[in-house]
Amino acid sequence: MTDRISKEDVAHVADLARLTLTDEELEAFTGQLADVLDHAADLAALDLADVEPMTHPLPIHNVLRPDVVGETSDRAEVLACAPSVEDEQFRVPPVLGESP
Amino acid sequence: MSTPEGTTARVLASDIRSGARSARTVLEEHLEAIDAREGEINAFNLVLADEARAAADAVDARVAAGEDPGPLAGVPVALKDNMCTRGVPTTCSSRILEGWRPPYDATVVERLVAAGAVVVGKTNLDEFAMGSSTENSAFGVTRNPLDPTKVPGGSSGGSAAAVAAGFTPLALGSDTGGSIRQPAALCGVVGVKPTYGAVSRYGLVAFASSLDQIGPFSRTVADSALMLEVIGGHDRRDSTSIPEPAPDLSSVLDHGVEGLRIGVIEELSGDGLEGIADDVRARLHEAAAALEAAGATVATTSVPSTVYGLSAYYVVAPAEASSNLARYDGVRFGLRVDAPNAGDMNTATRTAGFGDEVKRRIMLGTYALSAGYYDAYYGKSQKVRTLILEDFARAYGEFDLLLSPTAPTTAFPIGEKTADPMTMYLNDVCTIPSNLAGHPSMSVPFGVGEDGMPVGVQVLAPASGEPTMFRAAKVLEAAAPDGHPAVGGTMVGSSAGVRHE
Amino acid sequence: MSDDATTEIVPGWETIIGLEVHAELATATKLFSDAPNRFGGEPNTYVDPVSLGLPGSLPVLNEQAVELAIRVGLSLHCRVQRSVFARKNYFYPDMPKDFQISQYDLPINEEGWMELADGRRVGIERAHLEEDTGKSTHVGGGGRIHEAGHSLVDYNRAGVPLIEIVGAPDLRSAEDARAYVSELRSILVAIGASDGKMEEGSMRVDCNVSVRPVGDAVLGTRCEIKNINSLRSLGRAIVYESRRQVDLITSGERVEQQTRHWNEDEGRTHKLRSKEEAYDYRYFPEPDLVPVDPSEEWIESVRAALPVLPRERRHRLAEAAGVDTATASLTVERGMDDLAVDAIGAGADPARVLVHVENNLADGAGALTATSFAALVAMEVGGDLTATQAKTVLATLVTDGGDPAAVATDLGFEAMDDGALESVVDDLIAAHPEDWVAFTSGDDKERKKKSGFFVGMVMKATNGQADGRAVNEILARRAEA
Repeated sequence: MTDRISKEDVAHVADLARLTLTDEELEAFTGQLADVLDHAADLAALDLADVEPMTHPLPIHNVLRPDVVGETSDRAEVLACAPSVEDEQFRVPPVLGESP
Repeated sequence: MSTPEGTTARVLASDIRSGARSARTVLEEHLEAIDAREGEINAFNLVLADEARAAADAVDARVAAGEDPGPLAGVPVALKDNMCTRGVPTTCSSRILEGWRPPYDATVVERLVAAGAVVVGKTNLDEFAMGSSTENSAFGVTRNPLDPTKVPGGSSGGSAAAVAAGFTPLALGSDTGGSIRQPAALCGVVGVKPTYGAVSRYGLVAFASSLDQIGPFSRTVADSALMLEVIGGHDRRDSTSIPEPAPDLSSVLDHGVEGLRIGVIEELSGDGLEGIADDVRARLHEAAAALEAAGATVATTSVPSTVYGLSAYYVVAPAEASSNLARYDGVRFGLRVDAPNAGDMNTATRTAGFGDEVKRRIMLGTYALSAGYYDAYYGKSQKVRTLILEDFARAYGEFDLLLSPTAPTTAFPIGEKTADPMTMYLNDVCTIPSNLAGHPSMSVPFGVGEDGMPVGVQVLAPASGEPTMFRAAKVLEAAAPDGHPAVGGTMVGSSAGVRHE
Repeated sequence: MSDDATTEIVPGWETIIGLEVHAELATATKLFSDAPNRFGGEPNTYVDPVSLGLPGSLPVLNEQAVELAIRVGLSLHCRVQRSVFARKNYFYPDMPKDFQISQYDLPINEEGWMELADGRRVGIERAHLEEDTGKSTHVGGGGRIHEAGHSLVDYNRAGVPLIEIVGAPDLRSAEDARAYVSELRSILVAIGASDGKMEEGSMRVDCNVSVRPVGDAVLGTRCEIKNINSLRSLGRAIVYESRRQVDLITSGERVEQQTRHWNEDEGRTHKLRSKEEAYDYRYFPEPDLVPVDPSEEWIESVRAALPVLPRERRHRLAEAAGVDTATASLTVERGMDDLAVDAIGAGADPARVLVHVENNLADGAGALTATSFAALVAMEVGGDLTATQAKTVLATLVTDGGDPAAVATDLGFEAMDDGALESVVDDLIAAHPEDWVAFTSGDDKERKKKSGFFVGMVMKATNGQADGRAVNEILARRAEA
């Protein structure tokens, strides 16, 4: 299959997932994730070339909704949850860089 | 008047609707039970005593006015704290959602309230439903009411404990890999995972979208049937909802198992299978014998790909979770840890807000979906689900229902399995296949293990096979060995100790 | 060399362009929730749990968005097929769920084509559905990203349905690119799928550019350019980027595959990220949605209800007028092809009709009808009106309507009969003998000059009622005599 997950791999996915790990955590998590993925390695032995992936447990399709306006949220109720609000908008620290 | 733990939801609702008992009185009895032991058990993140009193009074007022409040009139219910309740904190037992008040109710909550139920509180869970012991909560461990040194199971440990301790006759949990059934087994109560799509997920904080289902905990099989009839059925706000109304279970409950063919899954119960304890296996065989005695044909059957279920699950579930949990970024709701720029703010918030198990699963899932690894992990695991479905289809060609243990052991001591995640994951080996296939299954208490702690037996059915599944569960419930007065616990899991309808 | 060069941007080098266009679909509600799809509301008032991505919320697909997507697909001659939604995972504050629901492996429309105004066909690789993001505004500092004190996010736009149309790299110039965008926009507007306003953001264009030496078969490395907000910017960005890439190659370096940002003020592109830094979106099928598989009946009913598209209009007019589609395109662009076809059908000279549309109807046809248009052209061709007079009559028909003959009479435009005109010419020849000699025996230059002199004198004598061509004919006859 693929090589055992490395500390570099874990650091990379932590970054993608917006998580900071201490060195101890990186070490510990790498070992733990490797154990789980080793377990998943038993899937490698299976010949699944002719098997379709299951994307849905239910054999339904075409679930559609009419294009009719429904209820909108009460803005005050929604903004009350927000950590920081300004001018009826969600305030965040400056965004560096453009959207990926 | 019966003590709370001796009465079922059906009886309560019936008494309250007829005016024989007041909802308020019933509620107060349950609040007393909560007062007595909640400090020790920690089943709830939040008890809504005042709100519940107002709701109970409203039910009584409707009855007095000659109206029918509904099939769950005045019945106290507990909700796992990953179901949105408008204006009421919904935390998923995580720091990242501490204090968050959703501006809307989950569909199941709307349906419960419309049926007259009284919501008593939000129960504790493993953070974001990730765990099998409720030890991953940011708000403390929930203890097994039958033995407070032991875990109640997870992730819906709080709801299982609430019912087992007599705090409420009914509770809702969610099940992604066994999170209703396994705690039900460990606490000696009934727990049901319905067919995928049978109960709306709208308002259930998502863990793994293609696996999650909401389901009931109760002390009796009949009560769980009633609960499913109330909360189930099509919801246009959930695209994965089965386009049918909830099936009628109550009217077929007592039809017995005469002529049914029941297969005991070899891979999950065979002798020598690593991990399944001998006493659990013994109870399973006794359950099989009980079904046979009641007129079913019982034999062993093989569902080979179930052995791959654990591996596939621990790729698919974390993968979907890694995406579902991305929204916890400190921008719109929940915890925010400030930083000079938005990206660092996201990172600081998530690092501080998520516990270790959640972080582990997010990283595992991110890895499984990442460039270069998708086919090997996620892609392959989705194919294993097809294999499992095919194997089940073959088995259901010969059998109407399948049987297995629910959990490999009885409840284990708090702290025993927390050192190594893989050890904890092995708890789910029997429950996971149903989630992967989208099939219904339920745990019925059936006797105790060597340590006097409850054992649960799992009944599995094909998609939308709930009516047949409940018939078998009813027979098992009636045939279950007598319960036990476990250390410090409440008498549960016994047909003798529970007044049925 | 101007920015709008239609010839090679850099001599000896070919520029290859492929465009990705995102258009907001004109539905009443968002793609996956029934919050309103509206522009310009108070911030965060067109939101609901689904469009805010609140925990527990779930998407439900908008039927009308699918209908419009099918319309787009059929208009672009795509195969409309069973499709699946996918999650594109990345963090950005304007993303309510920190993933976007889009389509990846199995888009609703694939493998189509579009015909440009000049008749060339370009490939359309796919056109799929996806949801839009919210909007963040930078506050503080200079209002630009790198100087911002903080940002404010409005989710009104989050969840609005978009159709992303990916064109094949079949375009070869800035002019091609603009023609592509114009044509695509006309189609989207004609079918009611979108209002296609680039400046308002309801249509957005990203541009892929690569270069290669003329004659090379292998494609060069391409760069994607973002932040193009107008047709003019599109042209400028393509020219800049082509030159940048050619410069790199000719100085011995390689073009790196990158995403670049177009800076309108500076007139250049900047690197955003390289291929190595390319974001890993970790696409996987959206588990909260089921596949969309439009039935044959649905697709055919959409096809049957399609309006006449620009390409068909060009072909129809081209056939009616006996010209090529490129010539017909201006009239179609001006929305006057129905008028032109009908006027030609009523007997009008096609060439005159098209010339009038091009030169004299830039602001629209107003009250002009096909019948009166045809009658006017007939009068002009028949010599009853000079070109100048016809233009004036036409202008009146546009503003006030009416019948050309009546209008001409009201304006005092009587056609000069030939005999009267000849007398005027003869009188002038007699009055200016030296000029006449210069006209008949001078070289071409002299002849032309004198012809102008005589025509001018005739115009003066007839108060502009003479037809210049007729005068020249008479002069020519007299010169031969």
